[in-house]
Amino acid sequence: MSHASDAPANPTPLSDWHVKNGAKMADFAGWLMPIQYPTGIIAEHKQTREAAALFDICHMGEFSVSGPGAAAALDRMLPRGVCSQKVGVCRYNFLVNEQGGVIDDLLVYRMAAEEFFIVVNAGTADNDAKIIQSRLPDTVTFTDLRQALGKLDLQGPRCFEVLADLGLATDALPKYYSWGRYNFLGNEMIISRTGYTGERGVELYIPRNQALKYWEALTAHPLVKPVGLGARDTLRLEMGYPLYGHEMDENTTPVEAGFGAMLDYKTRPTLAQAALLLPPKKRLVGLKLEGRRAARNGMVLCDAAKKPVGTVTSGAFSPSLGYAVAMAFVEGAEAPAAGTPFLIGDPASAQLPASVVEMPFYKDATARK
Amino acid sequence: MKRYTKEHEWVELNGNVATVGISAHAADELGDITYVELPANGKTVTKGAAMAVVESVKAASDVFAPVSGTVVDVNSALEADPAMLNSAAETDGWFCKISGVAAADLDGLMTVEQYAEYAKK
Repeated sequence: MSHASDAPANPTPLSDWHVKNGAKMADFAGWLMPIQYPTGIIAEHKQTREAAALFDICHMGEFSVSGPGAAAALDRMLPRGVCSQKVGVCRYNFLVNEQGGVIDDLLVYRMAAEEFFIVVNAGTADNDAKIIQSRLPDTVTFTDLRQALGKLDLQGPRCFEVLADLGLATDALPKYYSWGRYNFLGNEMIISRTGYTGERGVELYIPRNQALKYWEALTAHPLVKPVGLGARDTLRLEMGYPLYGHEMDENTTPVEAGFGAMLDYKTRPTLAQAALLLPPKKRLVGLKLEGRRAARNGMVLCDAAKKPVGTVTSGAFSPSLGYAVAMAFVEGAEAPAAGTPFLIGDPASAQLPASVVEMPFYKDATARK
Repeated sequence: MKRYTKEHEWVELNGNVATVGISAHAADELGDITYVELPANGKTVTKGAAMAVVESVKAASDVFAPVSGTVVDVNSALEADPAMLNSAAETDGWFCKISGVAAADLDGLMTVEQYAEYAKK
């Protein structure tokens, strides 16, 4: 996702550190972000799968929604219910328009009966804030926490060892997709067992003005290396996780993107219920390519007879698997079965052979362990 | 003597046979190289036209023929191990050898010193 305006990218509290440490920087959704450090994307990817990786996620947005009626208002707004969500649990959810199109994908933390913490994408945060507020009754308070909070993701099978060495009682850490409040290095903070890599990991919501202190404390640990957005993208792709602007946008429903089974819009009145009950126009599939050559976002997907039937949304060489993988939308209500062959690229040129595989592509991730 | 193009290819001429590849600077800028597609042996290539493809984790790039001629040898070891470009782009990571090259094709290409200056920009 690129930033549409010509305005200079905003630095995060850590952008200077990234530059000083040799990162290649780029504008991502209006923020000056590290794409990779000098070791490179593949080494950073493996670091995350094998040890522990620290990601600067200070570009993402956090909001609080609280007060009488908060649960009911969010329940009406979101295709996955929040009234059924227990306090202490995080749920992946979607802000949708009336047609069921995804305005943003987000994480909702239930903090109390009528208090929610919502984490959103950087490029969509301003619009999300406007839309969420417009859908809340006067009894509910919306608080934009973006100036107050920074976010660091510590991910990797050995990340608990790191936290323990820094004084956090890891026995007390929440279960997968849960959150808790912890005192860590001098501040009380929300820590959740969530992430975007597939590995065991936590997301730390720290005071934004102390981001550098936490970053330096964590990267000083010998098991930890900083990892940029390049590897974050290959890690999430191996897990089949969607990236907003690629697998989801305002013309794509969560059902089309493959999340129908986790939603309960069918049994509960919700904003886009009627639209979501219609047959999907397209389905997201995972594709394994025959070789190392990657399919890229926007390439045409053709059936075995070279007829265009869809579009690639993400693709890369998978560092863990040693071959290229991709996600693509195929037209029609039914997802093609595993093994269905496709050809990727302009039918007039040499195409890349691929076949449908179940996602995640990478099966050995440790997030739930 | 090695010469460099503005598109970051290098070429070294011996008689009328040129060995060509991409610069170490270009490989470094691309990041981890994951795929290389070389021209077929016997293919005629034209100076300035796309000859090969290089992909890194993040992007795909065309590689242009720095000279015109006929491909007489390709470095198939590079296709098998594309990461070689990140460690040895200007030695073991050569792409192909092109025969029938006119020395004049190298006119206007940069020397190693000129290229080093150019690559800083």
